[in-house]
Amino acid sequence: MSWAWFHRFGSPPYFYAVAGRLVPWLAWPAGLLILAGLYGGVVMAPPDYQQSDAARIMYVHVPAAYVGMMSYSVMALAAAIGLVWRIKVCHAVAAATAPIGAGFTAVCLVTGMLWGQPMWGTYWAWDPRLVSMLVLLFFFLGYVGLRGAIDDISRADRSSAVLAIVGFVNVPIIHFSVTWWNSIHQGPSIIRKGGPAMPASMWVPLVLVIFGFTFYFYAVMLVRARAEVLRRDRGGSWVRELLAPEENP
Amino acid sequence: MTTRASPLYAARNILRRDLTLAFRRPGEWLQPVAFFFIVTLLFPLALDPELAHLRRLAPAALWVAALLSSVLAVDFLFREDGRDGTLEQFALSGQPFAWLLLAKTVAHWLLTGLPLTLATPFAALALGAPASSVPGVLAALLLGSISLSLLGAIGAGLTLGLRRGGALLSLLVLPLAVPTLIFGARATELAIQGEPATGPMYLLAALAALGVTLAPLAAAAAVRISLE
Repeated sequence: MSWAWFHRFGSPPYFYAVAGRLVPWLAWPAGLLILAGLYGGVVMAPPDYQQSDAARIMYVHVPAAYVGMMSYSVMALAAAIGLVWRIKVCHAVAAATAPIGAGFTAVCLVTGMLWGQPMWGTYWAWDPRLVSMLVLLFFFLGYVGLRGAIDDISRADRSSAVLAIVGFVNVPIIHFSVTWWNSIHQGPSIIRKGGPAMPASMWVPLVLVIFGFTFYFYAVMLVRARAEVLRRDRGGSWVRELLAPEENP
Repeated sequence: MTTRASPLYAARNILRRDLTLAFRRPGEWLQPVAFFFIVTLLFPLALDPELAHLRRLAPAALWVAALLSSVLAVDFLFREDGRDGTLEQFALSGQPFAWLLLAKTVAHWLLTGLPLTLATPFAALALGAPASSVPGVLAALLLGSISLSLLGAIGAGLTLGLRRGGALLSLLVLPLAVPTLIFGARATELAIQGEPATGPMYLLAALAALGVTLAPLAAAAAVRISLE
């Protein structure tokens, strides 16, 4: 199998062009899926038999948690590829991913707190999953902080890549260690033995929003990564041709 | 052509050099221990000095103080050697770089982690822990401080030569230290209550073993990047 198609993504102009063409194909489905899922979840789905309408915050909380964790994996994978094969585009992708992941993780925590107040009677409980998400947020903040503290862009890329990989190795250990306490958080409800623990009118919208958030994440990530690639290659000839073609006949 | 010294010999020399240098400047490695005592002293002052209350908080106070003091100490780990070019010579020496950094980390642990461990029983007793809990507390801190030094080495490597490295270092290292803190505090709590702490002790030992095998590699990658 030839890997030439993959290697071409390492070239900033090629990545810039392909990513630019991909963005609308991700952004439009994202918008439609999120609208459909939220309509299905907030308007059509029946109220939860225990939690009534308060459970509807689930349609934002669960997808945000999923995308927050996924974006850390995307960031660590991109950083690792960039570190091993020295592909600058991958570092740009990792740099573009971190703030989005931090945002989704923060949304997950805030919606979780708003959900916890009526259900558990408290905004914050020292529950393993809450703590795991909080530590994940600190990992994102540390990554962004380290990147911001280093002036040399090549060193910033590789130092933060090492941090992302170290964090990635630690995530399962942290998750395991915080599970030491007893959890009051409910267990997995969709992917579990015996099928989903909720009716289709509830889990279908949820899945739609999860896909919608995922598409949205990739759309925003590519927009940010394109900007990052442009910023890094601002002195490059292809950027000059792209932005001011008439000056370079 | 000269033959290269064995890695073991090189590590022993680094160990001896670092210890000699440190003993000529005792202030540097005594500071973290003093810091540890001050933080544990602040807890009774901020709470009420009833020993029964303090005893319940002792594991938390000891471990948070140990964590903060180890982050404070690890800031010194590579700083001087990074500044005067010693680390570059290490990298060029042809010896396995991770191994040399492990030797430096061991020296650092002997100078900060070990005194911290030995200081803990006094702080624990002052916080109302029974004398029978001292072996358990010592064992937990011994295992935990190894992990903390190794994690700190990664953070110190990443922030080497940065202007505002100190605050960043704690932001990078403290989340990584969460498992050590949880198991360490749990083991200490069980020891103070007079119950067997075998479970969390094994997990602390596992974390230390994982740290010894993987952390020097990550630290070496981090320092190498910082040196370029």
